[in-house]
Amino acid sequence: MSNDVKNYQQHLLQAIQSFNGSASLMEVCGTHTMAIAKSGIRALLPPNIKLLSGPGCPVCVTSQGDIDAVILMVQQKDLILVTFGDMMRVPGTYSSLQEERSKGADVRVAYSPLDALRVARENPDKEVVFLGIGFETTTPAIAITLEQGKMEGLKNFSVFSLHKVVPPALELIFSDSDIKVDGLICPGHVSAVIGIKPYEILAEKYRKPCVVTGFETLDILEGIYMLLQQLKKDQARVEIQYGRVVKPEGNPIARQTIEQIFQPVSARWRGLGVIPDSGLELREEYADMDARLKFDIPEMEEVPIKGCACGEVLAGRITPPDCALFGRACTPLKPIGPCMVSHEGSCAAYYRYTPAKGRG
Amino acid sequence: MCLGVPAKVIEKMANDAARVDVNGNQTEINIRLTPEVEPGQYVLVHAGFAMEIIDESIALETMHYLEEMLQYEQ
Ligand code: SF4
Repeated sequence: MSNDVKNYQQHLLQAIQSFNGSASLMEVCGTHTMAIAKSGIRALLPPNIKLLSGPGCPVCVTSQGDIDAVILMVQQKDLILVTFGDMMRVPGTYSSLQEERSKGADVRVAYSPLDALRVARENPDKEVVFLGIGFETTTPAIAITLEQGKMEGLKNFSVFSLHKVVPPALELIFSDSDIKVDGLICPGHVSAVIGIKPYEILAEKYRKPCVVTGFETLDILEGIYMLLQQLKKDQARVEIQYGRVVKPEGNPIARQTIEQIFQPVSARWRGLGVIPDSGLELREEYADMDARLKFDIPEMEEVPIKGCACGEVLAGRITPPDCALFGRACTPLKPIGPCMVSHEGSCAAYYRYTPAKGRG
Repeated sequence: MCLGVPAKVIEKMANDAARVDVNGNQTEINIRLTPEVEPGQYVLVHAGFAMEIIDESIALETMHYLEEMLQYEQ
């Protein structure tokens, strides 16, 4: 790091430390959660400025019932499931995908959904299902994959959609008087797709400043500084700190591809409950590629994990050390809830980067 | 999960594909979402797709962080 950058960071930090009044700022992106924990910024902030993690990790916010439904499908149907690696260890009520694989199920990890198409081409006699999970950053990739699969006429390829969209969850958090959020550190890469319009509506309605922020320590310090400046002036605008990637209008092509293939549906989020229009299901034209329909997988009941406060963590009601199991019964080696399993989950981020004595 | 990896576009190919360089390793990505990208420019890659075009000088800064990230993930 150059001296100039160091100096600038120091200035930003001083400005942040001199803020009068209290502020709770929430980040809603797992990559931010990890970057903030790793940078050690939290420890440098004065007690009047709090950083909360929100529902920013798609794996963590997936409801227990949905995870159980995927595991049931793998247990009962003779198929190849292709998934992002993050999902493998997430505990369902009775099992995980990793456990099913060790028992003989064909579960494969892919970096790109296009890999799942390749698997489908190579195994024409087998059903291949891609586990579609993620926010607006990831969904366009799955949408294009579906489009391509349809174009090729692949009859053995389908997607189990657990996709979610971010703005309705933010609205729920802003409207909950129990959750104290004064400003929002908006997700960098979700915003690259959706642009700033959804935040403008929320900022105005709930009078909360929003800053789309990048992932370097410098970016985050700048984002916090910008939010505090707005709070000081009693403003509630949307600003972009991460201009090198995020345009105000987002990526219209990415939004169009999502819209062409998916339609909004109400979805259950861990910790937040059912939120209208916050999930995405395949449109009717793609119904034959919807794994839930194709394999007739029922909705499963929500069974909470005993003692795990992940839901409270995801809603920003508590921080991970407030959970009685944190660092004791629940660690990254023996995780109990998804917030400790996923490497960008809040509990995992806190655990890895907080010195042992500060873990509560 | 929304992690993005900066990559330099080397060559545009047929069917929305492009060859890119990520920290010295060449790989193929899909550029359907950034059709206007030209060789030499940097893109942010997520799940095998270019999400956005980024500024070269800033991408280098981001790459430095990426290495730490990859180390951590191993
Ligand atoms: S520490 Fe473990 S048990 Fe507690 S909320 Fe986090 S994941 Fe759940």
